[in-house]
Amino acid sequence: MVRRKGTASLLLAGAAALAALAAFAAPPNRQGDVGADRERGREVYMKWCAGCHGDEGRGDGPAAEHLLPKPRDFTMALYQVRSTATGQLPLDEDILRVVNEGMPGSSMPGWKAVLSGAERAAVVRYLKTLSPDFAPATAPPAALSFGSAPRGGDAAALEGRDLYRRIECWKCHGDSGRGDGTSAPTLKDDLGNPIRAADLTQNWTFNGGGTAPDIYRVLRTGMDGTPMPSFGDLIEGRIITDEQLWRVAQYVRSLSPAEPPRARDVVRAARVEAGLPSGPDDSAWASVERYYYPLVGQVIVRPRWFAPMVSGLWVQALHDGRALALRVTWHDPSQSPDSSWNVWRARVAARMGADDSAAADSTPLPDRLAVQFPARLPAGLDRPYFLMGSVEEPVYLWSWESEPRSAVEATARGADRLEPLAGLTDSVATSSTYDHGEWRVQFTRALSTGDSTNQLEFVTGRPIPMAFYAWDGSNGETGARMAVGSWSAVYLAEPARASTYLSPAFAMLATAGLGLTVIWRAQRHRRKTTDDGTDIGTSEAE
Amino acid sequence: MSKLGGLVAGVGLSAWVLAGTSCGGGAERGGESAAAAGAAVAFPVDTTSAAAINGRVAFVGSRPAAARIDMSEEPTCAQKHPGGAFVEAVLVNDNGTLRNVFVYVKSGLPALTFPVPAEPVEIDQNGCVYSPRVFGIQTGQTLSIRNSDGLLHNIKALPTTNRPFNISQPTTMTTMRSFATAEVMVPLECNVHSWMNAYVGVVTHPYFSTTGADGSFTLRRLPPGTYVVEAWHERYGAQEQTVTVGPNETKAITFTFRAS
Repeated sequence: MVRRKGTASLLLAGAAALAALAAFAAPPNRQGDVGADRERGREVYMKWCAGCHGDEGRGDGPAAEHLLPKPRDFTMALYQVRSTATGQLPLDEDILRVVNEGMPGSSMPGWKAVLSGAERAAVVRYLKTLSPDFAPATAPPAALSFGSAPRGGDAAALEGRDLYRRIECWKCHGDSGRGDGTSAPTLKDDLGNPIRAADLTQNWTFNGGGTAPDIYRVLRTGMDGTPMPSFGDLIEGRIITDEQLWRVAQYVRSLSPAEPPRARDVVRAARVEAGLPSGPDDSAWASVERYYYPLVGQVIVRPRWFAPMVSGLWVQALHDGRALALRVTWHDPSQSPDSSWNVWRARVAARMGADDSAAADSTPLPDRLAVQFPARLPAGLDRPYFLMGSVEEPVYLWSWESEPRSAVEATARGADRLEPLAGLTDSVATSSTYDHGEWRVQFTRALSTGDSTNQLEFVTGRPIPMAFYAWDGSNGETGARMAVGSWSAVYLAEPARASTYLSPAFAMLATAGLGLTVIWRAQRHRRKTTDDGTDIGTSEAE
Repeated sequence: MSKLGGLVAGVGLSAWVLAGTSCGGGAERGGESAAAAGAAVAFPVDTTSAAAINGRVAFVGSRPAAARIDMSEEPTCAQKHPGGAFVEAVLVNDNGTLRNVFVYVKSGLPALTFPVPAEPVEIDQNGCVYSPRVFGIQTGQTLSIRNSDGLLHNIKALPTTNRPFNISQPTTMTTMRSFATAEVMVPLECNVHSWMNAYVGVVTHPYFSTTGADGSFTLRRLPPGTYVVEAWHERYGAQEQTVTVGPNETKAITFTFRAS
């Protein structure tokens, strides 16, 4: 399969690649060919892969100490994404798939757009030379037969949910699938690195793909090198049927949205007249649009942080002309501080390269979330430096934390210059819930306060720059060791003008009038033709 | 020792089958390799002149306190340990010997191919602990993995020369695997219960034994010769002794592990 694919792209690539094609189309059978083929793959590997995976493929490249999950050690010949049984070697197609698509739950990007088909195929063959397990004498692994997804309606979905409980997926992935199961804090890979139970509600982060067949494959084969086991023996032992395993896959797929969320620049805060929601679980939020806001590790200032727990959050906003309410929702598998996550935190500290000694500290840390606005509304498109502003252009922050459950306001003039605002009369109010791996926090503040020097005044009708930071205390995150995002904005809708209500009414009347005219004219026309005794069916005449 | 006993009992039978000699290097599905092999051979050692090595594993020093396992997340298992569950990494017997030491012939055997015992080696997951915790198995011999707890365990093998496996057992069930290549030891672990660890010594021959409640071991029916015998313990590491046994000779040796 790999060869055929490779051959096709080579033909397209033209004459320059024809030399490579020879080695490609026929398996290398002479010593020199093998050496030359390996050298081609090695060139690609050394240029593009060794930085993370190391010169010898041991997963120990210069970048490895900052990565979590860690890069694959190819000398172990353990591959997560396979179409073969647990513990078996992968097919060439399996390795090529990961080279092509990357591993979305890790730092591994897809290489389809960067490397040619020939280069990718060559690097796959090279990777196999890094472990004696792929020795040419070894029988090639057998692909499992997966069948296809069974159809099913609501009853099938319920069965999937029931099976998810019965085969105890929740032990690691949590009852709601957010990766917050009881065993989640203790999980480690085969090399002893901490590894997260996947958040099953975010299928765009799944290694090996997020479709139901992808999920089925993972259930069936397991993910070698990780704690994810194979459920194949359950089918062979007739404990569950193949169809039931598909139901689990379909259920897991149903936990994520149909399409991965996309970040948008402006969060719209509609104006409501009936009052703002009372807290993050107020049913009024259910009908308010959610905006996804991605986060990444803070790697600009020291201490840098490459392994943030929170990868994104959802923002909703409303205002009532007097106050602004923001509801921020994000997934975090622990309600920090939580001593059952100490083992996780210690393991992360031991395995991640750190810029400072504080990483090894074990003082209990809360979860935190900060919302950032410019200290003053900028003219035009100017915004303060995104990472907590600067001396010249400070930012204004709402900083919420889980323990003690509270929020403060602050002015920041850089990531290390945070000054809490004291003695405020109209301070931001928060209300928060932790529920099965999800934080929901509502921030509410008057649009305009008595302290316009320190507290930004929210105005309607123009985008106001806004950004977020998140910390998971159980992941050792504090200070600059945090997840950051770039500037987005919140737009408070202007109060509706009288014309807003009148225009639809006018349009309605006009439409109705026009419709009546048309009917009247049609009827007049028909009456006329009937009078003439033509063009009318008998039944209608009767 | 029970495996050896079974082996001895089976010598008279001609049903022994050769282990698959292909070095696929993989953990295979149990039962298949034995059934698939063609030629049947008898035990390849001359039993009229066979020798034996036995002995004990002594422990010197104060026995370390065992850490208590918090099984509160798994009440079904916690109930199976009325006095509390403890990490069994170091078990010192009342007679001053060390339990769970894997003793085996590391080298010195002539080039012989030993039949694979037909009966499987069993490991059970009961009360969220592995039983046995340390044991041996022959290459190609079936490892029968039982879950008596009826709750989710995954059993994961983390070998370095064999291929691994990671099997989900969310209910009371038994699955079979085997190891293709000699490897001392292959760690087994459960990721659902991070305190669950076991170690299996995979060898190509029947000369292995694990110390039990009396700290003794026996390697029977050896061809006369000079052998390197190794004793392996999960906490205290491995020790070797070189032993020469003549025809029909039985030699006793003692390994001594010290509290570190």
